[in-house]
Amino acid sequence: MTTEAIMDQNLDLPEDPAIAEAPPQVDNLDALESEAIHIFREVAGEFDRPVILFSGGKDSTVLLHLALKAFRPAPVPFPLLHVDTGHNFEEVLQFRDDLVSRHDLRLVVERVQDWIDDGRLSERPDGTRNPLQTQPLLEAIEQNRFDAVFGGGRRDEERARAKERVFSLRDSFGQWDPRRQRPELWNLYNGKHRAGEHMRVFPLSNWTELDVWRYIQREKIELAELYYAHRREVFDRDGMWLTSGPWGGPGADEQVVEKTVRYRTVGDGSCTGAVESEAYTVDDVIAEVAASHLTERGATRADDRMSEAAMEDRKREGYF
Amino acid sequence: MTDETETLTRFAPDSGTEVALPVHTDLLRLATAGSVDDGKSTLVGRLLHDTKSVLADQLEAVHRASADRGLSQPDLSLLVDGLRAEREQGITIDVAYRYFATPKRTFVLADTPGHVQYTRNTVTGASTAQLAVLLVDARKGVLEQTRRHAAVLALLGVPRLVLAVNKIDMVDFDESVHTSIAAEFAEHARALGYSDDHVVTVPVSALHGDNVVERSERTPWYTGPALLEHLETVPVAPDPHDAPFRLPVQYVIRPRTAEHPDYRGYAGQVAAGVVSEGEEVAVLPGGAHSRVVKVDTPDGSAPSAAAGRSVTVLLEDDVDIARGDVIVSAAGQPRVTDEIEATVCWLAEKPLAPRARVLIKHGARTVQAKVTELVTRFDEQELSGVGAPEQLELNEIGKVRFRTSESLPVDEYANSKRTGSFIVLDPSDGSTLAAGLVGVPLAPLAAAAAD
Repeated sequence: MTTEAIMDQNLDLPEDPAIAEAPPQVDNLDALESEAIHIFREVAGEFDRPVILFSGGKDSTVLLHLALKAFRPAPVPFPLLHVDTGHNFEEVLQFRDDLVSRHDLRLVVERVQDWIDDGRLSERPDGTRNPLQTQPLLEAIEQNRFDAVFGGGRRDEERARAKERVFSLRDSFGQWDPRRQRPELWNLYNGKHRAGEHMRVFPLSNWTELDVWRYIQREKIELAELYYAHRREVFDRDGMWLTSGPWGGPGADEQVVEKTVRYRTVGDGSCTGAVESEAYTVDDVIAEVAASHLTERGATRADDRMSEAAMEDRKREGYF
Repeated sequence: MTDETETLTRFAPDSGTEVALPVHTDLLRLATAGSVDDGKSTLVGRLLHDTKSVLADQLEAVHRASADRGLSQPDLSLLVDGLRAEREQGITIDVAYRYFATPKRTFVLADTPGHVQYTRNTVTGASTAQLAVLLVDARKGVLEQTRRHAAVLALLGVPRLVLAVNKIDMVDFDESVHTSIAAEFAEHARALGYSDDHVVTVPVSALHGDNVVERSERTPWYTGPALLEHLETVPVAPDPHDAPFRLPVQYVIRPRTAEHPDYRGYAGQVAAGVVSEGEEVAVLPGGAHSRVVKVDTPDGSAPSAAAGRSVTVLLEDDVDIARGDVIVSAAGQPRVTDEIEATVCWLAEKPLAPRARVLIKHGARTVQAKVTELVTRFDEQELSGVGAPEQLELNEIGKVRFRTSESLPVDEYANSKRTGSFIVLDPSDGSTLAAGLVGVPLAPLAAAAAD
């Protein structure tokens, strides 16, 4: 091409002539799905030992659904890793195990309880085990030599997460350094890492809570049942409805009542609260989420309320 | 597309008024840019707040944190400055992505820092943006940094610009201040190749909300749209569908199961054009020819799939294809070359030296490369190239020639963003050094090269 031709063409660069005969816009969910599948395949192509962090929650269930689609008709080429805090909901563990056997997947479980039993970790005074997950997670990554770890984190969850790249490099201590993140350009993800470092990968980065639910609706994805309204015995602690269980409670001054509730997130039972809800179906949930005055984490996660930078501090240490 | 779709009812957190939230909307990807202290975070916080995209617990956290800092009014920048160091210093350090929606459109906003040392993040935010909002402080007008950012945005092919003249309240809503800034910027944008109807200037006060979501009564002389009105209605150009088909192969799917003993699919995201059953294709860089017999999408087989979709393509012949190869339309093929001339945005502290050995990632292929010549360095103020620089430093843009260890099928960036772009990596630690754009997308760079 001659320089003149380049220049002529360049003068037209910021034009967008396609507007007049614009083809139908790709549906937002299709675009998000394609992006997530692209990310799964990129990791499968570039890394030796990827793993999907899987808790049985809605985001990890959607993540697994996307992985199944990305490699179909071949099986998912990654195992699953669950860091079990020992405070998980029984129905979620059951759901997790059913899903694993139905799709013939390999599940690695690292148990926080084992760490407490043999003295490598000690229980916190407040009884919450969510922050205790970090060390077992990093140990499982190191022991299994996982070099890429998929998580269901979304940037809309929390403002520190909003800063996270899709490919997020962690050093040999699993630490995140937000000031030294690699620029992430176009859809060209940089998977280079040195021995001992690993990559956290977030295919759902650009999804919102509502996108996740609309996708669950569209794809008819089955979830653990506690995401839908049900009767449950709960007690009030700091404005959240907690379920009694091995995680402590109810205390002497906490009264158990039966309520119709559902969960917006599923995690450690000591700090994940239920919300009062009459949303029995996925359509009901979408209407409820769309109308909610509270974010998912603000409504139901005690650990994010601890300080202004609670999430960032945990991520720096190696948490997701 | 939005009009006939069903809507959900959403309650705004503070007023109880109903806001219609569409189920299907189109999407605008935008980025912010501008200098330090011109109020970008406040503007983004204001946009989120006034579109009711901030929920009660987030707002409460901002009120609490503002009070802790002894502020009489909530500081909306705290909504978006997510890192401890950002809040402590009151500056934005890293790109953050925000999601908000109005009944008309869904937005993905890349909120990028203005500080000179973080210009690389402007490149990050702008690489996927369809529109950029560039802020200036009404008291300071168009600065060196404004001109640099506009040049970077033009270089990356961001199709539309909005200049937000912020802090208009600090100059007493003076029309003449706005007019002269708008005129100066329009001239600069024209020199960068923007036509006048792709550049809009809006006088705003992010702090007080003038002309952000609602048109302000305090600028009666301004007859254009409020910022959000413009963002909601500006045409979004979809990927052009008449471009020749390109599919960088990410992964080969071979189940080897009883059910699918012979399945051999080439998986990737369509980078340009449309792939259809029956299409004659070439596989590059090798050059083998074949025909598409099947296109598998995430929802099963389809007669065709367009740019942006992740697909798996099956071919008629048993061709040897691996990750990194590119399947292209036989009728419109890219250039296959091991000599690449490209415009490079240098993003690393370590400068680019002549004869440097680097890695280039193009599509799904990473190859070794050597810098053979630093041709020009681009001067963003003069909008011209400066010949044969000794090196390229952090945030500098230049024209560079590379020789690659293997041939790559490349398009000009101006014709095909996906197959015309690459990243430059450091072979020693794997860090990302630069953004590469094949060819010379910026007219002034071409002009300098012609001298």
